Amino acid sequence: MIAGLSIRALAIRRGGRLLFSDLSLDLKPGQACALTGPNGSGKTSLLRAVAGLVRAEAGEIAFGGGEAEAARGAGLHFIGHQDGLKPARTALEELRFWTEWAGGTAGQARAAADELELVPLLDLEVRRLSAGQRRRLALARLLAAPRPLWLLDEPLSPLDARWRGRFAEIMADHLARSGLILAAVHDPLPGATRSLEIPA
Amino acid sequence: MSAVMTLLRRETALAWGRGGGPLVTVGFYAGVATLLPLAIGPETERLAAVATGAAWVALALASLLSLDRLFERDYEDGALDLLTLSDTPIELTCAIKCLGQWIATGAPLALAAPIAAIGLGASVQLAPLIFACALAGGLAFAFLGGIGAALSLGARRGGLLTAVIVLPLFVPPVIFGGGALSAFAAGLPWQGGLALLGAYAAAAVALGPLAMAAACRNALS
Repeated sequence: MIAGLSIRALAIRRGGRLLFSDLSLDLKPGQACALTGPNGSGKTSLLRAVAGLVRAEAGEIAFGGGEAEAARGAGLHFIGHQDGLKPARTALEELRFWTEWAGGTAGQARAAADELELVPLLDLEVRRLSAGQRRRLALARLLAAPRPLWLLDEPLSPLDARWRGRFAEIMADHLARSGLILAAVHDPLPGATRSLEIPA
Repeated sequence: MSAVMTLLRRETALAWGRGGGPLVTVGFYAGVATLLPLAIGPETERLAAVATGAAWVALALASLLSLDRLFERDYEDGALDLLTLSDTPIELTCAIKCLGQWIATGAPLALAAPIAAIGLGASVQLAPLIFACALAGGLAFAFLGGIGAALSLGARRGGLLTAVIVLPLFVPPVIFGGGALSAFAAGLPWQGGLALLGAYAAAAVALGPLAMAAACRNALS
């Protein structure tokens, strides 16, 4: 399981270009870090490197003891730009699948849908949902299968003002339960205990 | 274990809907099997001689149909990221995807194959062997096809690339299966060909996922 996130002297190279180097960050349970920086500075790449999807050029990423691969498999959620939802399947099918894939139950999926007010949308095909509704459907995974570390890539952008407020509460609850959040944002991240700016 | 079952259900459902699913695949198969006699000529003896071989090659081509989307969609919509981020090894995930593909398109094709071969003039006694060959061959086609689909991730016109990568790998099962069928038709021992086909399918099932997983990791990073 994940008891913390520590990034040491990380460097990432994408397509021959060095995005950043010597980047370090420590995150303890109950802390949220807002990643900021201009477009193309490497916020998404950093999140993907923490998730193990991108190989780092140098440096190391540890999760507070234990083997990184196992910690990632059971301890983190990654919500990227793309939500991984299939347009032709119903919202319920997709929510159920991703919940069970992350180790949650159908009951937990139902409760998460309730909490995010997705219940009236569950019978619709994903293609009929608006961008904000799709994002809420993706975020429902966070609640349906609880995991300590949330990696969020601009989680708020498609949400309206009310849902930004609601999601801020959800993040605060997660932090209160000793969760960790690392989020790439352009607007201020509500509840962030610290921020890290990646220079251009 | 429950993650594996839930993935198999999803993959089968997705393969069932992908590019029209089994109906289109079987329709394409029927189309190729109908074109052949038109090209070869209507003499029954000539047709009967090539019937099983023709049905077998048409099957290999039909299994290529929806392969290009096997990994491509998940790669494009971000689902492949999430499938990779899991306790389940990527190798197993890839194997389940191919298994879903086989259930949704390989099995219906295996049912259609004897009908097509008999329609072309093969003897009715061949039907069980054609079904067995199509079932084992389809498994090999799905897992080898998965390698091509994973390798062509991120390429433009990935579907064509998949076909070009995969067709050479289809050569051995086509030879083994075709050999078993023509040996049976000639009254010769046919078990060897079927055993080789089964062995090739087993090797594809065992080794294919390693190649697919490496290709997926490479495409994502």
